[in-house]
Amino acid sequence: MQQFVNTTLSGLAQGMVFAAFALALVLIWRSTRIVNFAQGSMAAATTFIALALIQAGWNYWLAFVVALASGFLLGAVLERVIVRRVEGGPELNAVIVTLGLFVAIQAAVAIIFGSSFQSFPSPFGLRGFTVGGTTIALTPTLVYVIVAVVVTMLLLVALFRFTRVGLAMRAAAFGQEVARLLGVRVGRMLTLGWGLAAVVGSLAGILIAGGEFVYPAFMDSLIVFGFVAAVLGGLDSPVGAVVGGLVLGLALSYVSGYVPGGSALVNMAALVILVVVLLVRPGGLFASTAARRA
Amino acid sequence: MADRTTDGSTAVRGPAAAGRSGTGSGDAGTPALEVRGLTTSYGPVRALDGVSLTAGTGRITAVLGANGAGKTALLRTISGLVRCSDGQVLLHGEDITRGPVEGMVTRGMAHVPEGRGVIAELTVEENLRVGSLFRGRTPRSEFDRVYELFPRLTERRDQPAHVLSGGERQMLVIGRALLARPKLLLLDEPSLGLAPRIVAQIFGLLRQLVDAEGLSVLLVEQNARSALSVADVGVVLNLGRVVATDDARTLMADEDLRHAYLGF
Repeated sequence: MQQFVNTTLSGLAQGMVFAAFALALVLIWRSTRIVNFAQGSMAAATTFIALALIQAGWNYWLAFVVALASGFLLGAVLERVIVRRVEGGPELNAVIVTLGLFVAIQAAVAIIFGSSFQSFPSPFGLRGFTVGGTTIALTPTLVYVIVAVVVTMLLLVALFRFTRVGLAMRAAAFGQEVARLLGVRVGRMLTLGWGLAAVVGSLAGILIAGGEFVYPAFMDSLIVFGFVAAVLGGLDSPVGAVVGGLVLGLALSYVSGYVPGGSALVNMAALVILVVVLLVRPGGLFASTAARRA
Repeated sequence: MADRTTDGSTAVRGPAAAGRSGTGSGDAGTPALEVRGLTTSYGPVRALDGVSLTAGTGRITAVLGANGAGKTALLRTISGLVRCSDGQVLLHGEDITRGPVEGMVTRGMAHVPEGRGVIAELTVEENLRVGSLFRGRTPRSEFDRVYELFPRLTERRDQPAHVLSGGERQMLVIGRALLARPKLLLLDEPSLGLAPRIVAQIFGLLRQLVDAEGLSVLLVEQNARSALSVADVGVVLNLGRVVATDDARTLMADEDLRHAYLGF
């Protein structure tokens, strides 16, 4: 029982980070129909910015805010300057461009911050709470991760549902031409979308880095998991991304906890899940393909 | 016989003075829209070849012609979605030829594109809100008015637009365009795929808006018979050129022209 609780909790924690990362992918996919392979190295870059500030003696939260802000700037600038040129063009061009950005940013991070392993602090403790004499895997850091992702999600939902800018962003994403005809500055909305996505991606980076070692490629595996989570959710649905992230996090945690030699199988399990979902429900668990065909 | 021209660049007559009865505003002064010698190419294909026409204020001007005559290209060029290689577009006398697409609606021109342009993922209400986004806060009463004009939208208010029928979609996009408070409405094939009864209802409503509020409409239609029955003026396009411009009734009565270009 205790093992089950612990496995579930660590799955939940991982799942939350996957969810955040998947959310970043979905935000960009929805608005520009581009899978942003550079998301991971963009997040690594901003995580390293946070780390550099913390090492320079800054307060964790101040560094956190600056990192998210620089994520926004990075995402917005990349969209406006580079990605804009391949939007609406052949899909392969966009794939090549984001793959190129992925490599270039990762190299830049290594050049600027060095490629050695560095430890990233966590603002909260890493020791589990004690319940009835036994220590469980629920740590203050885990609570922080869950709260941070949930709050971010709620903020995004509120932005998209209740604000003018959110409505304009959705209109720009789903009906680009109509939105332009109705006076929505679609280009600006796409820039904003990339900026927001990079903020969420940066959040995932900082959260996963907490209490761990970081190096320029530390987000690479998260691209795979985040992508699987996003596809599980249907790529178009923010809610789907979050549910997909949680499902994947739990599934992988159970695989590594219960299957003999399971920790070696985690990557494979993620891809097996991806293949099975694509075979059974190609549109993802939250398929809205019917809606899009209309 | 309408004043047919051979190359469309000459002898385009303004809307006949004998418009419909009850149209108060008439078309004295600058027309709502004036297009001069508009030329547009899709790659090597010349979609518009020196098109000139006028849409009078407070009138419905119908642009007719077969598939491929350049009707949609005309609207897309007017609103700037497609750039023209030559010619001029004047909106209330102001040159808007190379202005940004996003700015057209602020200048008082709303373009309802072909295929209705409902944003399927948004609800009916959200679709309407997109129409008024650029205006900032919009009084609730204006939304209520759209729901009054199209009661069927009221029931579907919070449903995603992809559940709507073709007729409801057309009502939604017209309602959405009205929330942009345009002085000129560009409509691309609103009758496409709709039952005749719905077409009549929508055209009737257009007529009402034009007569009561001085709205100007440039209506592109393949369904020439319905369009001419509601329009004041008709412009016939063929292969990217204007072949006739005249009072709607005159065009309707011109059997040769109807057979040659309008298919009825």
